Amino acid sequence: MHGKEKDAFLNIFEFTILIWLGSLGAGFLGALTGLGGGVVIVPFLALGLGVDIRYAIGASLVSVIATSSGAAAAYVKEGFTNIRMGMFLEMATTMGALVGAALAARIPTAAIAVIFGCVLIYSSYLSSRPQRESQKQKESPDPLANRLKMDSTYPTREGPTPYHVHAIPLGFSLLFGAGTLSGLLGIGSGAVKVLAMDQAMRIPFKVSTTTSNFMIGVTAAASSGVYLNRGYIDPGLAMPVMLGVLLGSLIGARLLFGARTRILRIIFGFVILALGIEMIYNGVTGRL
Amino acid sequence: MSLFRREWTEEGLDENLGTLLRTGVLISAVVVLGGGILYLIHSGSVLPDYRVFHGEPADLRSVPGILKDALSLRPAGLIQLGLLLLIATPVTRVAFSVLAFAQQRDQTYVIVTLIVFTLLIYSLVGGGL
Repeated sequence: MHGKEKDAFLNIFEFTILIWLGSLGAGFLGALTGLGGGVVIVPFLALGLGVDIRYAIGASLVSVIATSSGAAAAYVKEGFTNIRMGMFLEMATTMGALVGAALAARIPTAAIAVIFGCVLIYSSYLSSRPQRESQKQKESPDPLANRLKMDSTYPTREGPTPYHVHAIPLGFSLLFGAGTLSGLLGIGSGAVKVLAMDQAMRIPFKVSTTTSNFMIGVTAAASSGVYLNRGYIDPGLAMPVMLGVLLGSLIGARLLFGARTRILRIIFGFVILALGIEMIYNGVTGRL
Repeated sequence: MSLFRREWTEEGLDENLGTLLRTGVLISAVVVLGGGILYLIHSGSVLPDYRVFHGEPADLRSVPGILKDALSLRPAGLIQLGLLLLIATPVTRVAFSVLAFAQQRDQTYVIVTLIVFTLLIYSLVGGGL
């Protein structure tokens, strides 16, 4: 990457502080917009600082575990998370994560960059759509969901409200795909998970987002093991990324309650779109 | 340990899992921070090199190697240990879920959680596809 030679003058201390600050911002925006920090961390490291994309993905993966587990602790206590459904779908996401991590070692980094760019563009499209609750509660129960005891309740203003889970085989397949993307790109791929549960399995939106978050940590742990054994997780890089994203997302989650995030989501959507185009450009021209 | 004291009711399970996740993240963050401070003191003035991919040395790739480095207080080993604890947090959560479903005599979910647990251990010990 020419034109960014000035990075070479940063020593490790300055480099670490810079990464920490960037990760803090990524974690903060990721929590506020619900897209997670991973989608920004990898482009920030790979495009902005010229870090090899495999190192960037390794560092991002561990930060994904940190934010997911931290946030899941809060959500699980509130009673939104559907633990049975989450555990069941984790079979799909962990298998997908292992496939994704295997792919990451076999395909060229330029191809990873292009796929990453496409996911970024898709995420920006998703974040530009308004999030709203559709009418799902009055549907008939699904026999398979009933057998697997997935139907549950979630807290609303009128007290615990029951809901039904649908289309488990379709949801399972989609979550396998989400797991593969997570293992390949070092992101939580929460956007895909939420989409699958919200649209295909037709469960309440808040249950989708919190259960997605519950699964992200396990999914990322599955691929992290492979990345660690393969030497893709560098301590000097993962340290500021993990600490920055964790702190940023904790602050973001605090501010989230009552915050109007519509405009922020639109701005973030454009940032992600631009990053996606740049990733694809750099991948195609062979710079990543 | 308060993790074990409570009955494994549905609500108790939720709360125990939440505490477990939070504690795991906190401990790993402290270890990573400690290792990070040592790392910056030791090699803060060196120039970084991440442009070219080398892969980590063998001792920072495997669980036994990381433990050995961390015990001799090498900064990189300590950071990796913290990251390993972080990876272990959701793995432990899954292990607890196996026990919780066993206590509820929910065979289907014991099998489900055991499959997830096996996949996680498989990846951690260096298995891959």
